[in-house]
Amino acid sequence: MKKMLALLLVVSISFVSCGEDNDDNIKTSAKTSFEFTHNWDGAPVSNADFENTEYTNANGEVLTISRLRYLISDVTFTKANGEEIVIDGHNLVDVTNNNGLIYNIDTNIPTGAYTNVSFTFGFDNEDNAGNYTDLNSESFNVPDMLGGGYHYMQFDGKFMDTSSTEQGFNYHSIRAVDSPGMNPTFPQDTFFTVDLGAISITNDATIEVKTNLAEWFKNPNTWDLNTLNQMLMPNSSAQIMMHDNGKNGVFGLGTITQ
Amino acid sequence: MKKWTVHIVCFAFLILASCSDDENQVQGYEPTPLPLDIPPLFEQNIIAPVIPSGNPQTVEGVALGKKLFFDKILSGDETQACATCHAPQNAFSDNTPFSEGIDGNLGTRNSMPLFNLAWNYNERFAWDGKELSLERQAQEPVQNPIEMHSNWDDVIDKLSNHSEYPELFRKAFNTTTITKELTTRAIAQFERTLISSNSKFDKFSLGQATLTPEEQNGLDVFMDEERGDCFHCHGNPNNPLWTDNIFHNNGLDATFTDLGLGGVSGDPSDNGKFKSPSIRNLAFTAPYMHDGRFSTLEEVINHYSEGLQDSPTIDPLMKKVEQGGVQLTDQDKADLKAFLLTLSDSSFLTNPDFTN
Ligand code: HEC
Ligand code: HEC
Repeated sequence: MKKMLALLLVVSISFVSCGEDNDDNIKTSAKTSFEFTHNWDGAPVSNADFENTEYTNANGEVLTISRLRYLISDVTFTKANGEEIVIDGHNLVDVTNNNGLIYNIDTNIPTGAYTNVSFTFGFDNEDNAGNYTDLNSESFNVPDMLGGGYHYMQFDGKFMDTSSTEQGFNYHSIRAVDSPGMNPTFPQDTFFTVDLGAISITNDATIEVKTNLAEWFKNPNTWDLNTLNQMLMPNSSAQIMMHDNGKNGVFGLGTITQ
Repeated sequence: MKKWTVHIVCFAFLILASCSDDENQVQGYEPTPLPLDIPPLFEQNIIAPVIPSGNPQTVEGVALGKKLFFDKILSGDETQACATCHAPQNAFSDNTPFSEGIDGNLGTRNSMPLFNLAWNYNERFAWDGKELSLERQAQEPVQNPIEMHSNWDDVIDKLSNHSEYPELFRKAFNTTTITKELTTRAIAQFERTLISSNSKFDKFSLGQATLTPEEQNGLDVFMDEERGDCFHCHGNPNNPLWTDNIFHNNGLDATFTDLGLGGVSGDPSDNGKFKSPSIRNLAFTAPYMHDGRFSTLEEVINHYSEGLQDSPTIDPLMKKVEQGGVQLTDQDKADLKAFLLTLSDSSFLTNPDFTN
C-alpha cells in the first residue's frame, strides 16, 4: 500500500515537472470526491427520516432508524495494467449528523480510464490496529476484550417485535471475534471491499455511492430482528452474516458528475 | 529606504492612534497568550479542543474570568456567584438536586459539573443543549430570575465603578470599556482551563497505576454489550472525556415533565433526551441525573440494571426494557461502582489555579 502512494507521488511529480499544460483543455489530474447517498429499496433516506419514517425489512419487520454511521477506508483506483492508486485514509459517514457524506480525496488522481474504483467497508486488520484521534473523539472504538480497534458501522433503530412491542436494535458491525477477553480469536475477516466498477476520470469528479440500507437485512441472509437485535458485537456468526449481506448489494455506483 | 519605511509605519501608527475612537485603548499592548495545558492522554487520543478564534486564551483573560466566576457581584443582591452552584469541592457542581437562586427559588435541574468543557465539540451546553457556546451560556445565569437575578446593565455599571475591574479588563482585553461580551469571554476562558485528567484511571492508562481485580471487572462490565454496555454513550478508555456529549433518553421516565432536548428542538422524537454527562468525578457530583433524582451510584446502577422505564423515545441501546434492564449480579454492580470511582480526580478539586 505504501508503495502505491510512493508510486502516486512519482506519477504526480512527473506531471508537475511537465509544467502547466500547453493545452488548457486537457486535464492531467483531477480532484475526486465520493458522495454517499442512502435509500431503502430506492426510497431516499436522510436524517430527516430518522425516528419517524417506517420501513419494512425482507423478513417483514417494521422498523425505524435512530442513528447511522459507518466507516470506509482505502479508496483505490485500479488501472487496466493492474497499477493501483490507494488513498491511505478513512472517512466516517455520519448520516445522523450529516457529516462525512461527502468524502474529498486529498490527492489528485491522474485522469484516464480505471477498470475499477473500490473502497474498504470498515478497516482492514492493519488499519484497525491504528489509533485515530478523530474516531476516538466520536467514541467509535471497540472494547479491547473484543479485540479493540473500531466499529465498522453503528446502525441503531427500533422495530415491532412479534408481540407488537417496540424494541431496540443495534446492528453494529465490527471485526468478528470469538473468546472475548485477554486473548480473543478472529474466525474470519468481516471488513470487505466494495467494487464500484469501471470509471473514466476526465475532469474533477464527484462519484455517487448509493447505499441501499434494506440490503443489510436481505441477501443472502434474511435477517430476523426478533432473534438478532441487540448484543451482536460479541456474536461472531451475526458479524459474519452482516459481512455477507453487506458485500451483496448494499453499496453501488450512482451518478458521476464531472 | 529602510528609514523611509520606518517613518511611514510610524506615521501610519500615529494616524491610526489618533483616529481610534476608543480612548481607553493602549497602543501596542497585547495580553499574554496562555495556550491550554492539554494533558498527554488527550493529546494522543482525541482531537484538539474548541477555542473560538474571537476569544483566545490569555493569562490576563483567565485571571479576570476566575475572579468573575467567584465574585458575587454578578448577582442582583450580591449573595451568589457562579461558584455558589459550581463549587470546586463538587467538581464545580453542587450537592443538592436543585439549586437555590438568590430569592430562594429552586430551579428544576441539577447543577452540572464543569470540566473538560473545551472538548465539547458540538458546543451544545446545558442538559438540553440549549446553550450554544460557553460565552453565550455565561450570559444566562446572571439574568435568570431564579438564579442570580440581576441584569447585565447593572452588572456592567457595578464592574465599571469597581476599584479593580476596569484595570483587569484593560489587561485582559486592552480596554476599560466593560461590556457583557467581554465579561462572558473572560468567564469562558477560565472555564476552558478547568481540565480534569488526573484520576486513578488516567494513571492506569499511562501505565502508572494498576486496577484492582474488582475495578478491572467493573471496567469489563462497563464495556460489555451483554452486561453494562455503558461505553456506547459514556465513552471508553480511548476517549478520556468519558462522554459522547450527545442527547439520549436513558429510560428514567415513562412520561416527561421536563422535555429536555425536545423542549429546545420542538421535535417530539427528542422528548426526554438529555446530554450524557461525563462519568468523571462522580465521587464529588452527587446527586445524579438532570433532576438529581439519585443520591447514590448504587441507585444509578440499579436504574440501569432493573429500573428502566419504557417510553417512545427511549434509546435503542437500552436492553431488556420490558424487564427493567439487564439484571446485573450484585458482584458486577459493586465492581462497576468501583470502576466508576477510579475516574474521580481529587487533585482537580484542590488545584490552586481553580480555587478562590
Ligand atoms: C443557581 C445555581 C446556578 C448558578 C448561580 C450558576 N449556575 Fe451554571 N448551571 C446551573 C444549572 C442548574 C445548570 C443546568 C442548566 C440546564 O440544564 O438547564 C447549569 C449549567 C451550566 C453550564 C453547562 C455545563 C455543561 O456541561 O453543559 C455552564 C457552563 C455553567 N452552568 C456555567 C455557569 C456560570 C459561568 C455561572 C455564573 C455566571 C453559572 N453557571 C451560575 C446552576 C447554576
Ligand atoms: C443510551 C446512552 C446511555 C447508556 C447506554 C448509558 N448511559 Fe448513563 N447516562 C446517559 C444519559 C443521557 C444520562 C443523563 C440522563 C438524565 O439526566 O436525564 C446518563 C447519566 C448517567 C449518570 C449520572 C451522571 C451525573 O453526573 O448525573 C451515571 C453515573 C451514568 N449515566 C452511568 C452509566 C452506566 C454505569 C451505564 C451502564 C450501565 C450507563 N450510564 C449507560 C446515557 C447513557
